[in-house]
Amino acid sequence: MEMEGGSSLGSGGAVQPISFPSWRQRVFYKFTQQNLSACKPALSPTLVITLFLLMGIAFVPVGLICLRASENVEEFVVRYDIECIPENYRGNKVAYIKDETISKRCTLSIKMLNHMKAPIYVYYELDNYYQNHRRYVKSRSDKQLLHGLQLNDISSCLPVESHNGLPVVPCGLIAWSFFNDTFTFHRKALNLSVNRKNISWKSDRDHKFGKDVYPFNFQNDTLVGGGKLDPSIPLNEQEDLIVWMRVAALPKFRKLYGIIEEDLDADELLTVHLMNNYNTYSFGGKKNLVLTTSNWLGGKNSFLGISYIATGCCSILASILFALIHVKNPRPQREPSCSVWSRKSSSR
Amino acid sequence: MKRFVYINDDSSPISFCDNRVSNRKYTVLNFLPKNLWEQFSRFMNQYFLLIACLQLWPLITPVNPASTWGPLIFIFAVSATKEAWDDYNRYLSDKKANEKKIWVVKEGIRKHIEAQDIHVGNIIWLRENDEVPCDLVLLGTSDPQGICFVQTAALDGETDLKTRLIPSACVGLASEQLYKMKGVIECPNPDKDIRRFDANMRLFPPFLDNDLCPLTIKNTLLQSCHLRNTEWACGVAVYTGNETKLGMSKGIPEPKLTAVDAMIDKLTGAIFLFQLVVVIVLGFAGNIWKDTEARKQWYVKYPPEGPWYELLIIPLRFELLCSIMIPISIKVSLDLVKSLYAKFIDWDEEMFDHDTNTPSHAANTAISEDLGQVEYILTDKTGTLTENRMVFRRCCISGILYGSASGDALRDAELLNAISNNVPDVIRFLTIMAICNTVIPIKSNSGAISYKAQSQDEDALVNAAAQLHMVLISKSSNIIEVNFSSTALQYVLLDILEFTSDRKRMSVIVKDCQNGKIILLCKGADEAILPHACAGQQMRTYIDAVEQYAQLGLRTLCLGWRQLEDDDYNEWSHMFKEASSSVTDREWKLAEICQKIEHNLEILGVTAIEDRLQDGVPETIEILRRAGINFWMLTGDKQDTAIQIALSCNFISSEPRGQLLFLNGKNEGEVFRSLDRILRTMKLTSSEPKEVAFVVDGVSLEIILKNYKESFAELATLSRTAICCRVTPSQKAQLVELFKSCDYRTLAVGDGGNDVRMIQQADIGVGISGREGLQAARAADYSIGKFRFLKRLILVHGRYSYNRTAFLSQYSFYKSLLICFIQILLSLSSFSLFSGVSGTSLFNSVSLMAYNVFYTSIPVLTCVFDKDLSEKTVMQNPQILVYCQAGRLLNPSTFAGWFGRSVYHAMVVFLITAHAYADEKSEIEQLSMVALSGCIWLQAFVVALEMNSFTVLQLLAIWGNFGAFYVINSLASAVPSFGMYTIMFRLFRQPSYWITVILILGIGMGPVLAIKYFRYTYRSSTINILQQQERSGGPVYAMGLGSLESQLKSSETDMTPLSITQLKNRNSVFEPLLSDSPTATRRSVGSSAFDYLQAAQGRLSSSHSRNLKNN
Repeated sequence: MEMEGGSSLGSGGAVQPISFPSWRQRVFYKFTQQNLSACKPALSPTLVITLFLLMGIAFVPVGLICLRASENVEEFVVRYDIECIPENYRGNKVAYIKDETISKRCTLSIKMLNHMKAPIYVYYELDNYYQNHRRYVKSRSDKQLLHGLQLNDISSCLPVESHNGLPVVPCGLIAWSFFNDTFTFHRKALNLSVNRKNISWKSDRDHKFGKDVYPFNFQNDTLVGGGKLDPSIPLNEQEDLIVWMRVAALPKFRKLYGIIEEDLDADELLTVHLMNNYNTYSFGGKKNLVLTTSNWLGGKNSFLGISYIATGCCSILASILFALIHVKNPRPQREPSCSVWSRKSSSR
Repeated sequence: MKRFVYINDDSSPISFCDNRVSNRKYTVLNFLPKNLWEQFSRFMNQYFLLIACLQLWPLITPVNPASTWGPLIFIFAVSATKEAWDDYNRYLSDKKANEKKIWVVKEGIRKHIEAQDIHVGNIIWLRENDEVPCDLVLLGTSDPQGICFVQTAALDGETDLKTRLIPSACVGLASEQLYKMKGVIECPNPDKDIRRFDANMRLFPPFLDNDLCPLTIKNTLLQSCHLRNTEWACGVAVYTGNETKLGMSKGIPEPKLTAVDAMIDKLTGAIFLFQLVVVIVLGFAGNIWKDTEARKQWYVKYPPEGPWYELLIIPLRFELLCSIMIPISIKVSLDLVKSLYAKFIDWDEEMFDHDTNTPSHAANTAISEDLGQVEYILTDKTGTLTENRMVFRRCCISGILYGSASGDALRDAELLNAISNNVPDVIRFLTIMAICNTVIPIKSNSGAISYKAQSQDEDALVNAAAQLHMVLISKSSNIIEVNFSSTALQYVLLDILEFTSDRKRMSVIVKDCQNGKIILLCKGADEAILPHACAGQQMRTYIDAVEQYAQLGLRTLCLGWRQLEDDDYNEWSHMFKEASSSVTDREWKLAEICQKIEHNLEILGVTAIEDRLQDGVPETIEILRRAGINFWMLTGDKQDTAIQIALSCNFISSEPRGQLLFLNGKNEGEVFRSLDRILRTMKLTSSEPKEVAFVVDGVSLEIILKNYKESFAELATLSRTAICCRVTPSQKAQLVELFKSCDYRTLAVGDGGNDVRMIQQADIGVGISGREGLQAARAADYSIGKFRFLKRLILVHGRYSYNRTAFLSQYSFYKSLLICFIQILLSLSSFSLFSGVSGTSLFNSVSLMAYNVFYTSIPVLTCVFDKDLSEKTVMQNPQILVYCQAGRLLNPSTFAGWFGRSVYHAMVVFLITAHAYADEKSEIEQLSMVALSGCIWLQAFVVALEMNSFTVLQLLAIWGNFGAFYVINSLASAVPSFGMYTIMFRLFRQPSYWITVILILGIGMGPVLAIKYFRYTYRSSTINILQQQERSGGPVYAMGLGSLESQLKSSETDMTPLSITQLKNRNSVFEPLLSDSPTATRRSVGSSAFDYLQAAQGRLSSSHSRNLKNN
């Protein structure tokens, strides 16, 4: 087809596809001749300088807004894993945590620094804890969490898949190492209620964890990992487990414990009764308790704000720099590279 | 080794293979193993298979094995299907050929059997227009003289008719006798030489006496030829099946690998090594960390004692994690774009030859990039640079030059006068023109005579003779009928002393029926005829005439004749017969015998035939030379003609600007001295603004290629231009081999059968589908209609292909490295080194696979529409081709740039994601989607930044793909059983997601843009300058062009130093090719170089005259 078109054209002449009536054929013809109309943006100084300037102008305010949002978040972090060990066990923390006969009860007193508005999120924070370890990440069975004992193939849960010939529900290392410190808050001897409902993702409760799947044969081994589960409560209501099962990508992470739905005043004294059950001592991990408010950007994190401001400033600087170079050297006397080659050749 | 074929003898003791033709590579049974074996002989495929197998081990695989197996099986299935389809088509065509019905004589009766059942020794009958089913020796034809005509187009591409005649022993046999004929043919074992068949036949009684009858290729009908203009013919099968000449010459040519492919392979190897280093380091670190730290981490529950291979597990996991460093998509993408490049060549209308209605065609779809990297073009002359449309222009008969005034001897009144006055020498001259040839006159029904000739020169001569009233009317096996001024003359053709490229002449011996005299008519090249002239003849005028014609670029032939005594002839004829029936060294023996009679010639005159230059040849050569491509002309023609053609097509410049050195000599010593002198001159003048070229002839070349290959290679690298005349096809191929051994990219262009070897040998073979048949075009990688299309083929198609592939391949590595580095960074986890080194994949299998095969592969494919400069600009500034030649867009240093970019982008993506999505947001699925989005955003903008022009398709692919990423992931987020259920919707609702992604984009692209802008504006290459001019519009563009050209001229017309340095500085990484090129001062030696020239020329003429005397 295009050959007929060709014979009607002069060779090398302007392309006038007269013989192509339809638009589509015309486009196809242009395509075959590599002649589709194209826009060729040029990296002109004006364009680049404006681009950098605009980027800077846009980034700095966004950065300021983000920084302000982050500043507005009130956050209170307290590390408790060291404090909660009695003086006489400080030398051998692992022995303390492993000894089940010793009570792990511990009381912390916190003095609030600033006023915190409800809702206040209570997180526990673990550091140097590798939920992203390959062996760990893989050791779960999403199907079992949804379908329970009906599912027989739980080999992905190795090494915690069955005990005494019976399958473990929920199986896998993640569930097995379930975090089991508990916190209760008191405010001037009054109990401060912490809402422990709806702390997990609704989608997880509805679609990932079965509502008639009950814990079975869980933590029955001689070697007990983390917390135990009430076998009478279905998995989709075990919200702490659901939260724990959402694996963190980084070795330092926070997981939601509950929500305090009352405002806390500045200088207010809070007493936290906690059960320091979870063993982070054997691998040098840290445990923090975090009380924080939240806003549209999330928790306290000045990273985005600062980076935006820094990037914005850099790009404004770059645009100024380019503008200066451009003004000083409007169209640099460029030599085609061939002259550069000849220079090189003479030096050889 | 010989084979004996017993004609029509079914009880023959020796059995040869049957006539089943098989071109198939596979059978149904061996297809799978054989095809897989072939595919796995490539390194990349082995690598991917290894990775895919390792992934089957669930203990170490970071992702679902399907993410590798899927693409791998897809790739394999595609190429296997293609192979299978091709093979099936071959099977079908074989089957058609094998089941064709053929008439065969069996036990005295003619039977219809299938072609595959033909056996050696069977007598086969063919009708007009039948295809010959196997190699036959002709036994009988419908023609009483025993000749028949065949068309050998399928065999060698030549479309003219060729005569075939029955062996003398079979002359006069009636067709009934042929049924019962018995005999034996002694012939060589099967070979692939379609021009030789040295055999003997002996018929058994009662047919004839026991004489040995010689057989030549003239007595054969080869497989796949067609019988034409002959009612029937019959012959005995001598070679069958795959042992025929055609079958033997079939062979799969070696696949050509482009420089770009080689570079990509090299880079792949480097990445592989890098990967191994990463794997070993991380694997080692991971094992240490496991032993020191992970055992303490009770929640990981490492068993105290692992299996024996425990140490291997972590390294292997990293190997798998890093395996995506080598992109599996690159092969598919490259194959795809390469076939599109080829299609663009096929489609290109500016390379469509309107004269012959032939489009250009890329037979080899894999080597388009190489076109952009050509450094040397070796070109044939006749038919390639010239039109190969010969026209008789002038002649010199017994010292009188005709046609000098008007430029056309046919209209020269003086000549016409001489003819009408029956001047004997002129008549004889015309007679030779008319009958000393192998032309076949064909009389059409209307009585008009047309000529079928193998050689264009003969065609021109016969036609010219016809116009000068000497008309060749008919030619049967031994009677030639000529009509001169309406009187019919008859000649009995006694012998034809054929033309060979060694003899450079041909003669016929005829008996003049008018007076019964036997005469020898001879025509040939001057140096093959003049030395054999009889003593006492005045040679001067002829030598002058030859020289004069050659100066005008005309092809000359000398004509001579000699009367033979009957006794002499009979004696000679006996020897000739003997020689022509010898089975060994026949050609040489024949030449020897011919020599014995082709002497004492009376020279009649010289013919001059014009071969016009093709359109646009000088411009094409000019442009391509400005592009830094060096031209060598390899021709079988004589030195003077070659030089004249070279001058007229800008190949070399005339004296003040150019300088021509002659390399010649008769023996080793002379040649060596000449070579040495030229080499020195070349070195000295290489910095001079002069175009130095050298001329070498076939004889010297033979000596050089045998003894002084190294110095010649050095000379070849120094000289931009050379003319090799009188070279044989095998020398052409040897020269190509020489350039290849010096690591130059060579393109060979030719049009005839004598160029086929050169074309096949070269990195790129270009065939001109010209008048000498399609043989060259068939063997070539690219076939074009006209020489001038070469510039577009190289500058437009080659250049774009190279640029596009360079971008595509490096980008493919970049995007794979990017995702891989993010994985590695996660393993290193950035906070404290040597922590959690366990080989976890951040991304899930589906995302990884989609990223590699889909999101990042589709947009970049549209780089096939990218044009950095418009075609017009490229044509006007061909010197920018040097960027492609020197491989500046794809080499280790540019690759390092891409590598660095991928490291930088990986850091940006990972660090920003890790910090923005820290603490309570660090859920792994969420974080991985943020990182993946960051990558996709960066990809889209990197592609957009690196493209130079955007057509609708590119915009659609880049931004459509961008949108597709979100659509697909949203869909995946809607499926509850997927790991990423609801993730995308969550992210969409988080302002921090968008803020993070834009931050990644800003920080990732900012510096890239800044560097690109800075280099584009302040460190700009010629390409950049042209781009700027092109984009800033008309007037500036023109001015810029002018300045560029002045730039070019400022270095004076010295393309030589420019190009040499261009080549020298291909790039810093390559070994400089011409490192020892001299930089010495030159003025002082200029004159000495001239002396050499003088000396050389003197030597030439003296040797020439000595030549004449000696012989």
